[in-house]
Amino acid sequence: MNLWQEYLRPTNLSQALQAFAEAPGPILPIAGGTDLLLDLEQGRHAPVHTLLDVTSIEELNRLEVRGGELFIGAAVPVNRIVLDPLVRAHAEALTEACALIAGPQVRNVASLGGNVAHALPAADGTIALLALNAQAEVASPSGICRVPLKDLFVGPGKSSLKHGEELFVGFYLPLSTPHQASCFKRIMRPQGVALPIINLAISLERTEDLISQIRIAVGPGGPTPWRGTDAEKTLTDKPLNMETVDDAVEALLAQVGFRSSPRRASADYRRRIVTGLLKDVLETAWKRAEQE
Amino acid sequence: MANINLLVNGELHSLEPVPGETLSTLLRQRLRLTGTKIGCDEAECASCTVLVDGEPVVSCVYPAERADGRSVVTIEGLAQREHEDTKLHPLQEAFVEHGAVQCGFCIPGQIMTAYALLQQNPNPDSADVRFALKDTLCRCAGYPAIENAILAAAQALRTGEPVPKPRIPDSIHAHKSVGHSYTRHDGVDKVIGTAMYTDDLVFDGMLYARVRRAMIPHGFLTKLDISKAKALPGVAAVLTAEDIPGEHKHGLVIYDWPVMVGIGERARYVGDAIAIVAAETQEIAEQAAALIEAEFDLQPVITNPVQARQEGVPQIHEKGNLLKHIKVRKGDMEKGFAEADVILEHTFHTPTYDHAFIEPECSIGVPTPEGRMEIYVGSQIPYQDRTQVARAMGWPEERIRIVGQLMGGGFGGKEDVMGQIHVAMLANATQRPVKLLFDRHESLLVHPKRHATQIHVKIGAKKDGRIVACETELYGDTGAYASLGEKVMTRATTHSAGPYDIEHVRADCYAMYTNNPPAGAFRGFGVTQSAFAVESMMDMLAERLGIEPVELRRKNALHVGSVTNTGQLLRESVGLTECIDRVDAKMREQTPHPFEPVIDPAHPSLVRAWGFAGAYKNTGLGGGAPDISNAEVELYDNGTFEVRSSSAEMGQGLVTVMRLTVAEEMAVAPEQVKVLVMDTDLTPNGGPTTASRQTYVTGNASRYAAKTLRDAITATMAEKYDVRPEQIRFENGIVHVNGHSLTYAEVAKEMKSLGQRPRALYEYEAPRTQPLGTGGDMHFAFSFGVQAAEVEVNKLTGEVRVLKVISANDVGMAVNPLGLQGQVEGGVMMGLGNALTEEFIMENGYVVTDRLARYRIPGIMLTPEITSIIVEHPTAEGPYGAKGVGEICSIPTTPAITNAIYNAVGVRIDKLPVDQELIAQELWEREAE
Repeated sequence: MNLWQEYLRPTNLSQALQAFAEAPGPILPIAGGTDLLLDLEQGRHAPVHTLLDVTSIEELNRLEVRGGELFIGAAVPVNRIVLDPLVRAHAEALTEACALIAGPQVRNVASLGGNVAHALPAADGTIALLALNAQAEVASPSGICRVPLKDLFVGPGKSSLKHGEELFVGFYLPLSTPHQASCFKRIMRPQGVALPIINLAISLERTEDLISQIRIAVGPGGPTPWRGTDAEKTLTDKPLNMETVDDAVEALLAQVGFRSSPRRASADYRRRIVTGLLKDVLETAWKRAEQE
Repeated sequence: MANINLLVNGELHSLEPVPGETLSTLLRQRLRLTGTKIGCDEAECASCTVLVDGEPVVSCVYPAERADGRSVVTIEGLAQREHEDTKLHPLQEAFVEHGAVQCGFCIPGQIMTAYALLQQNPNPDSADVRFALKDTLCRCAGYPAIENAILAAAQALRTGEPVPKPRIPDSIHAHKSVGHSYTRHDGVDKVIGTAMYTDDLVFDGMLYARVRRAMIPHGFLTKLDISKAKALPGVAAVLTAEDIPGEHKHGLVIYDWPVMVGIGERARYVGDAIAIVAAETQEIAEQAAALIEAEFDLQPVITNPVQARQEGVPQIHEKGNLLKHIKVRKGDMEKGFAEADVILEHTFHTPTYDHAFIEPECSIGVPTPEGRMEIYVGSQIPYQDRTQVARAMGWPEERIRIVGQLMGGGFGGKEDVMGQIHVAMLANATQRPVKLLFDRHESLLVHPKRHATQIHVKIGAKKDGRIVACETELYGDTGAYASLGEKVMTRATTHSAGPYDIEHVRADCYAMYTNNPPAGAFRGFGVTQSAFAVESMMDMLAERLGIEPVELRRKNALHVGSVTNTGQLLRESVGLTECIDRVDAKMREQTPHPFEPVIDPAHPSLVRAWGFAGAYKNTGLGGGAPDISNAEVELYDNGTFEVRSSSAEMGQGLVTVMRLTVAEEMAVAPEQVKVLVMDTDLTPNGGPTTASRQTYVTGNASRYAAKTLRDAITATMAEKYDVRPEQIRFENGIVHVNGHSLTYAEVAKEMKSLGQRPRALYEYEAPRTQPLGTGGDMHFAFSFGVQAAEVEVNKLTGEVRVLKVISANDVGMAVNPLGLQGQVEGGVMMGLGNALTEEFIMENGYVVTDRLARYRIPGIMLTPEITSIIVEHPTAEGPYGAKGVGEICSIPTTPAITNAIYNAVGVRIDKLPVDQELIAQELWEREAE
């Protein structure tokens, strides 16, 4: 029972899209494959005929500043993201999230495109991208379009990407200005659970002693990667102090939809520990914004 | 389709693409570069790490076609060949020198990952090394040695100086060879990738096997249709229970485990075999197994041992659900508890655990032209395999040859027969070699585990801390079949009052059958579980009495002159008090009040404290079982020696022990001694490699075999040169006979010319022991161990980190301090996994933790600073005073950690593994009050 019958390695986007159109059976794009191949092998994913290896498409391997934005190709290995100074400068939360993914042997092949396509509500890379206000660039036979990250998710493990038609090209992140900073942290359990109990990313802008802009992403705060917009509102244009943090915690807890996941964490546990995590990440991002 | 063109270790290959092929398969099967190992095939263990264009990747999920146009470096590509010689890369050299290599199976992955690190960062610190090796798993858990080896190699590469050697003290009882650190005989093969494990072997015309398993926890097989599988092209044989030529059941002590479940028979767990297939390829075998149709009449499932003992529940075996009621009786409980000023009671739970050796089970059956069957397998008990295969085949034992292979870890999990009988049947039916390799999923489902237990402890003590009575009740989940369940739970029971001198003791244990995977031997052999219970209880008692935990243990510690629970007078070699004192002293060098919580001023939610625990563990089978090992020593014409025994080398280092022992006795350098193990045709029976017994029994067998040979040489030379035997001396590889100096080559020649074969076989029988319940010596030796652990608990989240562990072990005498260090560090890490990361989970008989991703063993990031203290109270009968160490070094870790958690935050862990959520919950509840 072979995991695939045909393996294609297009070198440009039009070849890839053509392969979609011509595939004789189910076709899936593959970058690192560190999740996908196991899903196929362990029967969590319907069998495919063709794997479309996107790692040789140049556009998907670019990591650069492009027209006032940071572009990270969908197939760029996570380890390159960890080591890249541009990412650290403009999206430190993403550096931190990617550094926590597995070991170097997996990070050297795993990609952000795969992480997002997997559509898990607490994928580390995804949560960081969400806080960083990323947009995805999606290629399809009808052209290339940009999609806000949030719109890519329809349910746990379900992405809005159309199978056999659409492909992630990459992600655009706004460049960080002085007094903007971000941070990512997570809480795990040491037992055999690969997903975090909670992960949390914040990106904020500081004007003098006020938070002028903030985005808070929490996984798994809902069935899809989740933003704590109410907590964001309570903090916007406020200073960071015990009172505002408490208000933010309250707002987050009122809005968040934590659930109990068997053997991972109860909703109650998540509600309690998110407090400390939110404070911790908030304070770190706040300090970083000052140093900028 | 275009060919895959890739450069492997500098050599260009052009290969046709094969659908579904991964890079690891291409390397292992098509290029026969078998140094790249497959531990899990699910991107978890990283044993399969290779470099692609300079970057380390997991080759098991790397599509081979993606390697087209790229350069791949495997473990075989690191060492340089200079004519005949192999020049090791400094990393390879450092791994051998530092004892980082034990079973060796994960080592190619470790070295390749480290190699990539050093390419990018020639001057890494400890944190860099740990970050790079984060997810590269080692179950022997030589993480400290691995880290040291990498740092040493980095230094050598930077400076051009030789690789710095580790500094490990010699034994205080060191002789010429024994007692000094010595590197492994197979170290070099393991670091260059030429070491062959069973799955690395290929035979001409070999078929691939697959077992169809019940996959239901309990039910009668009502229908089995193999016709579709048989009809599949490429299938060579499909066999069922009807095809078993001999006995239908196997087992280590009790024959209760069906080779295959037949129609009308009962399947008792998900892993029961119902049919076996041999086919031309692995894929066809898998396809055929899936085509077999089976139906079951499902039965209610017994999920735990307490339920199994209830009245009216279904009986899994004919004789019922009770495997054994084990009893320990000493003194008078009523009197004991009446004397006590304080009585405490508590119930503890431990889950099932998996050995998670990185090398999954593999057997190859090879029929010989003479009608015999050779079985290539990594097995802890080759002669038992032979017996069991012969029984099932209905053959005399001599018709079977077990050819033991290098083992990628065992830890007790390779004692039971797994694929050995199945490959023998298939190879016999097809008259072709047949390989049966378990994937990780199958390994997790099928092989026996560590028993889950429920342990109730009631303990009574005087105000001054003297324990007067201890009563325990244990339930052990032995799963569907007995395996070594009775023995394991006996050990749990006899050790359930801890290493303490207590006048009144009673213990009752119910080893119960359930519909879970079988439970059997696992490093610690039951004592891991009961030590957690009683050592937790000791700290609870200490608190109640207001006595320091160390003091309470010191006061009650077994000593020479004590009588154990089973009525054994300890006459010698009880180093427990020294272990307690030395760990205590080391701990107090760091802090005067180790058991008081210390809040981290920078992070007030983080609290640290130490915890303390002790244990003892028998060496050897005990309980009246004759404990015998045979070894044979031969002098070859070229003056070198070979020592042979069927005992198993699974990474723990027995081969080096045998080598040093013979070198010592024959007064030669260890390099002059070759060791052959695990072959039932070529090596005499060393008995099972279990119960920390091999250093003692096979060490002694090797030693006395060498002595016997030396005596024979002495007698021959004395006669030939007409001198008194006392005038013959053996020194530095030379035999001095009254003025003549003979090399061993000359001795061999002389003996042969006199018609003597210079070899000696010795059957060593350890001192007799008594069965439980009869008093007297139940065991011929005990090892003692004490550990202290410093933990840090996050009060907000309940997260626990182990920062430091101090481990003292009374091993009698350290035969090879380097190997011992690896055992001790690995033991601590396995104990840490037992406490914090591991839990084999079943739901209604179905296995939840059926992939390595769901069963987490500790990685290098969790490795604390480990300090090993070797305590040497020699045991007179042991080789040079040595006794076992394999298990004791792992037993006290868990309670030391959980006691430390209590000392830090006041939460008593009575159920393993530690659940951070429960800690956090208890702390909130307390705060709310």
